Amino acid sequence: MTDIVTPAAPAKLTRKDFVAEQEVRWCPGCGDYSILAQTQKVMPDFGVPKENIVFISGIGCSGRLPYYMNTYGFHSIHGRAPTLATGLKLARPELMVWVITGDGDALSIGGNHFLHSMRRNVDFTMVMHNNRIYGLTKGQTSPTSEFGKRTKSTPMGSVDRPVMPLTLALAAEATFVARTVDTHTEHMQHTLEAAGRHRGASYIEVLQNCNIFNDGAWREFTERDVRDDRMLVLEHGKPLIFGKDRDKGIRLNGLHPEVVTIGEDGVTEADLMVHDQHAEDPYLALMLSRMFWPEYPVPVGVLREVERPTHSDLVDEQIEQAIAKSGPGDLAKALLAGETWTVE
Amino acid sequence: MTTTAQGPERESLELDRVTIRFAGDSGDGMQLTGTQFTRTAAVFGNDISTFPDYPAEIRAPAGSLPGVSGFQISFSASDIHTPGDAPDVLVAMNPAALKTNVVDLPPGGALIVNSDAFTPSNLSKAAYTANPLTDGTLKQYKLFQVPISTLNARALEGLEMTSKQVDLTKNFFALGLMFWLYERSMEPTLKWIDQKFGSRPVIAEANRRALQAGYSYGDTTEMFHETYRVPKARLAPGTYRNITGNEATALGFLAAAHAAQRPLFYGSYPITPASDILHQLSAYKTFGVKTFQAEDEIAAIGATIGAAYGGSLALTGTSGPGVALKTEAMGLAVMTELPIVIVNVQRAGPSTGLPTKVEQADLFQAIFGRNGEAPMPVVAPATPAECFTFAVEASRLALKYMTPVMYLSDAFVGNGAEPWRVPAVGELPDISVPNAVKGEGTFLPYGRDPETLSRPWAVPGTPGLEHRIGGLEKLHGLGTVSYDADNHHRMTVLRRDKVAGIARDIPDLEVFGPGQGELLILGWGSTYGAIRSAVERLQAEGKSVAQAHLRYLFPFPENTGDVLRRYRTVLVPELNLGQLWFVIRGTYLVDAVSYGKVRGKPFRISEIVDEANRLLAERS
Ligand SMILES: Cc1ncc(C[n+]2csc(CCOP(=O)(O)OP(=O)(O)O)c2C)c(N)n1
Ligand code: SF4
Ligand SMILES: [Mg+2]
Repeated sequence: MTDIVTPAAPAKLTRKDFVAEQEVRWCPGCGDYSILAQTQKVMPDFGVPKENIVFISGIGCSGRLPYYMNTYGFHSIHGRAPTLATGLKLARPELMVWVITGDGDALSIGGNHFLHSMRRNVDFTMVMHNNRIYGLTKGQTSPTSEFGKRTKSTPMGSVDRPVMPLTLALAAEATFVARTVDTHTEHMQHTLEAAGRHRGASYIEVLQNCNIFNDGAWREFTERDVRDDRMLVLEHGKPLIFGKDRDKGIRLNGLHPEVVTIGEDGVTEADLMVHDQHAEDPYLALMLSRMFWPEYPVPVGVLREVERPTHSDLVDEQIEQAIAKSGPGDLAKALLAGETWTVE
Repeated sequence: MTTTAQGPERESLELDRVTIRFAGDSGDGMQLTGTQFTRTAAVFGNDISTFPDYPAEIRAPAGSLPGVSGFQISFSASDIHTPGDAPDVLVAMNPAALKTNVVDLPPGGALIVNSDAFTPSNLSKAAYTANPLTDGTLKQYKLFQVPISTLNARALEGLEMTSKQVDLTKNFFALGLMFWLYERSMEPTLKWIDQKFGSRPVIAEANRRALQAGYSYGDTTEMFHETYRVPKARLAPGTYRNITGNEATALGFLAAAHAAQRPLFYGSYPITPASDILHQLSAYKTFGVKTFQAEDEIAAIGATIGAAYGGSLALTGTSGPGVALKTEAMGLAVMTELPIVIVNVQRAGPSTGLPTKVEQADLFQAIFGRNGEAPMPVVAPATPAECFTFAVEASRLALKYMTPVMYLSDAFVGNGAEPWRVPAVGELPDISVPNAVKGEGTFLPYGRDPETLSRPWAVPGTPGLEHRIGGLEKLHGLGTVSYDADNHHRMTVLRRDKVAGIARDIPDLEVFGPGQGELLILGWGSTYGAIRSAVERLQAEGKSVAQAHLRYLFPFPENTGDVLRRYRTVLVPELNLGQLWFVIRGTYLVDAVSYGKVRGKPFRISEIVDEANRLLAERS
């Protein structure tokens, strides 16, 4: 094995260092452009030399993103990017790994790997471009498409109920779970930064617009003029307040969250729930993951961020323990294990 | 003549070879009994060959026909290649074991039965209407009725054990009796008992007593008039150990990682008969071996590709149904030209088939089973010991040619055991290849070595070599995505030529016997032993018969066509319905004859001898 030599103090990189010389080929107006731009923008902030960064994707429009990043990149097969990332992180835990996926890639064909890479707490960041449609195959229903949605493959409406990706990630024991929006560029940058710094399985759902096959999928609550009233920006330690006038909040009523107005019916800020993204138990995060427009404002930001040993940490620890106990392996001894006899 | 302390006078006869089959309920510990006898014979210095044969059900109803588990061992004073066509001795622990196995015992063979187990209820579970021990149907055999359960229980009297626990040790009574009959030392097994049950002294004592009681019974009873000696075999000088194919496979890859100077990664999803390899590699933590039990076979190969991308010697292991799931990812490995080894311990298919039984019917799958033009080298070890050599060889080809390689073993070669001359670490070939480093000019991820046509291995973490790979076709050299038609044709031809070129880097196909003549018997994989023994027999009869055995199935050794054309007839016995036969005819236009069988069992030597004789007669 050749040791990888990295410069001791790498020169500060800029966004440009992460732009690959490759023509970007998404449809004009596609939300993926913004995701790429924000990703390139935050990359220098991690202080990781670009040769130590790897982008691994599956298949879909989203899957093209690694080609545009001037880092190491692997465009794999449909749904399987988390498996490659798991193997790579086991072999090379020091690398920073990003998994780029789509709603079909991650939750349909790759649903099994999504579940298992999260529960193993593989130290990577998965960015799921959720456009509620199969983009690359030209517009069929996806696991996040609305019930009853009419698409080319469901001309009379989809009969499948959608899954809530954040609920799924939490159920799968992801240690970092967040949501952001393609058009909310600053929010996306903060979210990418926080996820990238987290050690363990990080999952970000990016609400992404596919202007060709599912235009305006999220428009109802993400547009500039309505978003303050229809989205809830989560901040750790802060009460769950939203609204243009910051007068609305979420209060717990029995087991259910309810939207209340501060100042009405004697409601004060003290009655509102307070966000705790580091809570050890997942109840608050699970509740937030179920809240959605039009019943509730749509939460964005970090739902959950907890510390757990990573998959490769645990594997490496076992190896260290075994070596500490019995010394490094001796091939000659292994070959001769068990009973042997000699023929003269 | 020997006289022992307690026993009557008996004769000790010398034999060249003995084949014993232990058969009982799958709860009776027959695999353990067989393994203990094997170790003892191996350590003594016999040549050995074994055939464990167990049911798919973990615990079929006790005493039932589907629950019968068997272990056949052949041990010999001379070179042997198979576990024997038929046993000389059958040890049957219950009526079901007798019923399913006695058909294989030749007339005059010794039959040792646990007479206690022949109760009306067990007889009816085995669908016997009358007791075969008394109705005369076994009179063509030398029948020894031993009340094993009773005698064993008596020997264990006074130990604080349930009667069920006591009954579980009766296999060691049978083992002790066989040790006595074949003049074997109990030492290796006694030592094993100490190691295994050290923390449970009562269980250890019970097993010791059972073993010794069986041994003493042989000595004191008047039932046996002879004991037998099988002298040591004359093996090539060296240090030996007994090894199964799966053990040799795991060890071979451990050695390959050493020879490649790279960390070893193994991604797998449990499946019979490949799981042993996962278990064994998982125990090599002190070597830094990383094993990954994935959520399915797709994840297993995905992780393996990821680890190879990161610079490890990376493998994934499974059996046929698992290979089916890995198909798409194998194509990705072909396309990205990353070195991985896919281990297929074949079992009888299709689908779940006969999951614990042997078959060689995944050859087409190995050679052709991917979408697109996706050539992949295929190698197949012929014997358990060869599994070691070919694990190293498969790794060498993968690394040198930057390609996925298929390693085809099977349930027979994987579970079977034989003595293995242990190589010194220094005897291992150097199979290391360097990682790419930044040089002058533009880095070409799909630039090629002029000799091997392999592309550079640029692992993440290498400064200056940042690049993107993937399943989309890549531009020759530069490696950017390319939809250009001519480029696709060119890259497809390059991938083909790269793999085809391996033919120049592997040994010629060797012939055992006359270099030309009437009949060549061509085989591959685990049929080696049966074919070899058959050819030896035919040659001894003065027939013009030769053997050639392929270890490289794709590409074939360069001289294969020449060899085939030097014989009037080529016979291809396979545990499938003619897969190598089909490829050979297609490749060389040789009018070969197929001899296929898929009965979940290896070939008998006699089957091949008979088929060869039939052909020789027909074509003369
Ligand atoms: C094994 C396999 N099956 C099907 C496809 C075809 N396919 C490519 S992308 C895709 C769906 C992608 O949807 P999504 O993950 O939502 O990505 P998007 O294009 O919307 O970004 C499908 C079905 C494929 N490439 N591979
Ligand atoms: S099809 Fe949709 S998701 Fe794909 S590139 Fe075009 S706009 Fe983007
Ligand atoms: Mg999509």
